[in-house]
Amino acid sequence: MRMFGHRLSLPALLGLVIIAANLLAAVFAPLIAPFDQASVVGDAWGDASAQFPLGLDNLGRDLFSRLIYGARMSIGLALVITCLSFTLGIVTGFAAAVLRGWVDTVLSRLVDLLLSMPTLILAFIILSVLGTDLPVLVVTIAVLDAPKVFRLSRALAMNIAALEYVEVARVRGEGLWWIIRREILPNAMAPLIAEFGLRFSFAFLFIAALSFLGLGVQPPAADWGSMVRDYRDMINLDAAAPLYPAGAIALLTIGVNFVVDWMLAIHARGHGEGA
Amino acid sequence: MLRLIAQRLGLGALTLLAASVLIFAGTEILPGDLASAILQNNATPESLAEMRRELGLDRPAPVRYVEWLGHVATGDLGRSLASQRPVAREIAPRLRNTLFLAGYAAVVAVPVALALGLMAAIWQGGVYDRAINFVTLLTIAIPEYLVGYILIKYLSVRLGWLPSLANVTPDTPLATRFVLTLLPALTLVLVVIAHMMRMTRASVLQIMASPYIEMAFLKGLPKWRVVVRHAFPNALAPIINVIALDLAYLIVGVVVVEAVFVYPGLGQLLVDAVSKHDVPVVQACGLIFAAAFILLNMTADVLAIMSNPRLRHPR
Repeated sequence: MRMFGHRLSLPALLGLVIIAANLLAAVFAPLIAPFDQASVVGDAWGDASAQFPLGLDNLGRDLFSRLIYGARMSIGLALVITCLSFTLGIVTGFAAAVLRGWVDTVLSRLVDLLLSMPTLILAFIILSVLGTDLPVLVVTIAVLDAPKVFRLSRALAMNIAALEYVEVARVRGEGLWWIIRREILPNAMAPLIAEFGLRFSFAFLFIAALSFLGLGVQPPAADWGSMVRDYRDMINLDAAAPLYPAGAIALLTIGVNFVVDWMLAIHARGHGEGA
Repeated sequence: MLRLIAQRLGLGALTLLAASVLIFAGTEILPGDLASAILQNNATPESLAEMRRELGLDRPAPVRYVEWLGHVATGDLGRSLASQRPVAREIAPRLRNTLFLAGYAAVVAVPVALALGLMAAIWQGGVYDRAINFVTLLTIAIPEYLVGYILIKYLSVRLGWLPSLANVTPDTPLATRFVLTLLPALTLVLVVIAHMMRMTRASVLQIMASPYIEMAFLKGLPKWRVVVRHAFPNALAPIINVIALDLAYLIVGVVVVEAVFVYPGLGQLLVDAVSKHDVPVVQACGLIFAAAFILLNMTADVLAIMSNPRLRHPR
């Protein structure tokens, strides 16, 4: 099987299958899940059976169904965050590279400052004042993650902006937005797609960690991270309940990493070699 | 070289100062200040104004920042809003616990990661190398809590070898402390070791491509000797950088691991404080974490300069 004109490696194929399965579960959750995520269908911590493949949870809800619905929240949130941080990072990064001068200096120093501190700690400080509503979470994580996209897109755009065809466009009198959108973006696409995968797994793990700490998605809504939190006491009774959502988080991250690894490898190798 | 190191130290101090501005501004500039956060739904305009006066929020932010920094510099971290106790007294025992856990993990992880990485470089392309490469690629993506809960499920619940809760108190004897914190430390080790080991292998292999290594082989030296004596010292600078980065990651990872094992460390205090809107505690903890992070990165730069003569004379 081939993608972008390159043969897929075995891990990459595996990664794509994992990603596709997760996306399907998220999109078609109501069709796949045997029960509603909120409906109580039996006793708390009921055993696994043919009807309830993973057993019941702390309130007697079907764990398997909740896992499928959890995919929606986890993946959806991470996607929204990544798209936002990408837009922010790419626009500022490209603008800094094209405009140079004080715009570049101010943005670059600001990014250096943000990157000199652990992201989790910065997020804590903001969340301690603003609370943990979903929009706050999304914007906070996106803004804190944007500096990494800024760094990459600025470096990419610096190289591209020095090329003749961008110079021609500038001399022709094209505006900043046109140059970014029509000249730079298409030529920076390949590394940016790989970066999108990396940033997605970062946002996905980050929101899951926040939820696990009780500072992310708040009940009654539930993502995989908060499910791990809800079920964690069961581990001492030798139940596997918290391992299912935690495993789901790990599985998707591994899948994305496999694909990103393969994409970075083909870029490193350059084009033309169809290995 | 001394001048270069002094420069790095100065830069580190400057970064720390900038970080303190960021921490302070993070709780200031945002809409909705401390007073409305504390009062939440019970806020009337009068009670808000009263609360603001009580907390000193009616004065301009730069003035309060300088005041806050002055207090922090003299060791006065303010009072916790939740418990009304001095923040410094809340933090001290927990900071000790966190440093103990992170140090414990680091002391185990660094030598093991270096050894595994060197072994992978020596037997490059062999079964061991490929196996460990695949395993680390898997573990690198696994969140701390999954590792932690798997360890609890098998090592502590099934086999009963180790306690699942790391509930240490100030008067727990040191030996017991090592046993109680073994699982959390092991979790941290497993989380950071993969990245450290991969980077060690990659740095050494990059050096292995240079001509002087070929010369060493042509001299008839055995491979392990070429790797350990010729390639490793030159790969040290990037490796030190990666180790510092991973140890900095350890500081953050510790927050999650403490939550898994209910360990009374700084991370737990910070998470608690965030959910209670206890801003003085959040600021103090944030500052400590940031300082540790910046300090590690600075140490890495200084060590890299000292280990590699070429870095001492930048063009």
